[in-house]
Amino acid sequence: MTTSVSPSKPALSLGPIYYLWDGPKWRDFYFRIADEAPIAQVTIGEAVCSKRLHFIEPQLGDVIERLESAGKKVSLASLALVTLERESQLVRGLVRDSAHPIEANDLSALHLLAGKPHSIGPLVNVYNGATARLLASRGARSICLPPELPMASVRGIIQDNPGVAFEVFAFGRVPLAISARCAHARSKGLIKDNCQFICGQDTDGLTVETLDRQPFLALNGVQTMSHTCQTLMQELLELAAAGVSRIRLSPQDCDMVAVAEIYDDAIAGRRTIGESLARLESVYPGIPFSNGFHHGQTGAAWVKVPISAEFPVA
Amino acid sequence: MELICPAGTPAAFREAVDAGADAVYCGFRDETNARNFPGLNFSREELRTAIAYAKQRKVMTFIAINTFMRAGQETLWHQAVDDAVALGADAVILADFGLMAYTVERHPQQRLHVSVQASASNADAVRFLVEAFAAKRVVLPRTLTIADIARLANQIDCEIEVFAFGGLCVMAEGRCSLSSYATGKSPNMHGVCSPASHVRYRQDGRELVSELGDYTINRFPAGEAAGYPTLCKGRFDIAEERGYAFEDPVSLDVMDHIDALRSAGVSALKIEGRQRGKAYVAEVVSVMRRALTAGAAERPALVSRLKALSEGQKTTTGAYEKRWR
Repeated sequence: MTTSVSPSKPALSLGPIYYLWDGPKWRDFYFRIADEAPIAQVTIGEAVCSKRLHFIEPQLGDVIERLESAGKKVSLASLALVTLERESQLVRGLVRDSAHPIEANDLSALHLLAGKPHSIGPLVNVYNGATARLLASRGARSICLPPELPMASVRGIIQDNPGVAFEVFAFGRVPLAISARCAHARSKGLIKDNCQFICGQDTDGLTVETLDRQPFLALNGVQTMSHTCQTLMQELLELAAAGVSRIRLSPQDCDMVAVAEIYDDAIAGRRTIGESLARLESVYPGIPFSNGFHHGQTGAAWVKVPISAEFPVA
Repeated sequence: MELICPAGTPAAFREAVDAGADAVYCGFRDETNARNFPGLNFSREELRTAIAYAKQRKVMTFIAINTFMRAGQETLWHQAVDDAVALGADAVILADFGLMAYTVERHPQQRLHVSVQASASNADAVRFLVEAFAAKRVVLPRTLTIADIARLANQIDCEIEVFAFGGLCVMAEGRCSLSSYATGKSPNMHGVCSPASHVRYRQDGRELVSELGDYTINRFPAGEAAGYPTLCKGRFDIAEERGYAFEDPVSLDVMDHIDALRSAGVSALKIEGRQRGKAYVAEVVSVMRRALTAGAAERPALVSRLKALSEGQKTTTGAYEKRWR
């Protein structure tokens, strides 16, 4: 059953890789995205841990060039937690030297980017229209809303800010928390200052189970993520109707080109939502979906939504 | 250094004032503050009386309105700021940029402090808050070492307040949705973390199991004291390792570092614990008041009295010392 709802179709955006992947893996991932994925906007760079930067720095130039040659718009992500002087210098350097727009992930970037066009990442607390307005008045052109927001908030914030492009976190493990301390290193008997980049062993996060062996969270260096994969697929039409400009896919260690194609097919009306969910399950097997945050429930919950409409075929 | 003391009830407020607080911080009885627990916090009328009591004794009152405005329900937060100003708060402690902007516009004379929930962890972050909202003081996240704090203090035009004693968040405050992931109740939007409404204890053989929502947070063998299942302080399995994945059940105690914090340029020390009873507040405040003025010889005895008041009597200096990382 298809209704005649015909909102403008959101584009796809790829968020930064939150995990530590070695340089070649990181480069090859983006080369494939450049060559094959129906993604308009790609945000790259290290947002989680400043210690990891040297893994990707040698590849950065080649990756940006490849993505731009393929017609993708590229932004650079800033660090989410800036405490050391070295980290402050990194953010200042990024803002000063980058020819590309920056995605701000902490307050220091908001200070440094004032008056320049920039975007806001999902790790900055934008919970209401007034905050979005304040950020827009200082130069934010687009905002990826925090994954924790329920749909009512998403709708309200967008209505309050007609001049801003909004993005919603629609695929990926949810970044739930960040710490000055590294639980990932701790789990292997190490501390952050002598971590041996142990998080690089777990390219899709390290599972934290309850004592009853129920998978619960995933460690990613200083970041704690959900075990489940937030999957807003049934909600795409509703998000489009609310005026969401871009659908963000957050890289997992799975075939992200296929994930992008699945979302693209769904938005283009080439596949039904039901078919698309089934395809997603086979591309990222073994990891449960969640969409509870969107529905104002526990974040880990999976809410089955009766599909009353599909995107019109493009 | 000022001593900033918690009050979750009018009785605790008076105890804190009498025990030597320079300022007492508290919140309204709703979702506008980050300690929105049943039976805690203040009605407008209770706060009016409390502020009058404090003012007579030359003690300041800071009102924490430090959750994030939920879109569509901003009035609740706006009203809280308007009322705090009308009641004569010496400062409002805010975390949400939208609410800060509202406060600056409507109440330009009101002294604005930045809550730890805003996560201002470096000089440029503080500059943003000073420039955008004329913030007068920032409460630093518990992610910095004393050396980090000293370096920061030299670079900013804003007072610094730090947590010195009480509960410890291992995650950057205001940036944690673990609780809402497990319970649907969010520290940022609802002012609760690991809420009691979602806590359950059950006996499983000889073990007591504590649960939060659908998740086991800990199992206590017979004889081990069972703690409250705060999510980040639970025991979990990671591969073959079993243990406290994020943080041991300890509380923060940096009283051994009073002099270092003072010379780092800290203006105020904050005691966590609005959820604590009045006897606890009275004891911690009076011991800390004495510790602040005591000589080096007298201090160890006071410090050990404080340790006895800590959760499980185990304490940590947290991020203030680098080896914690």
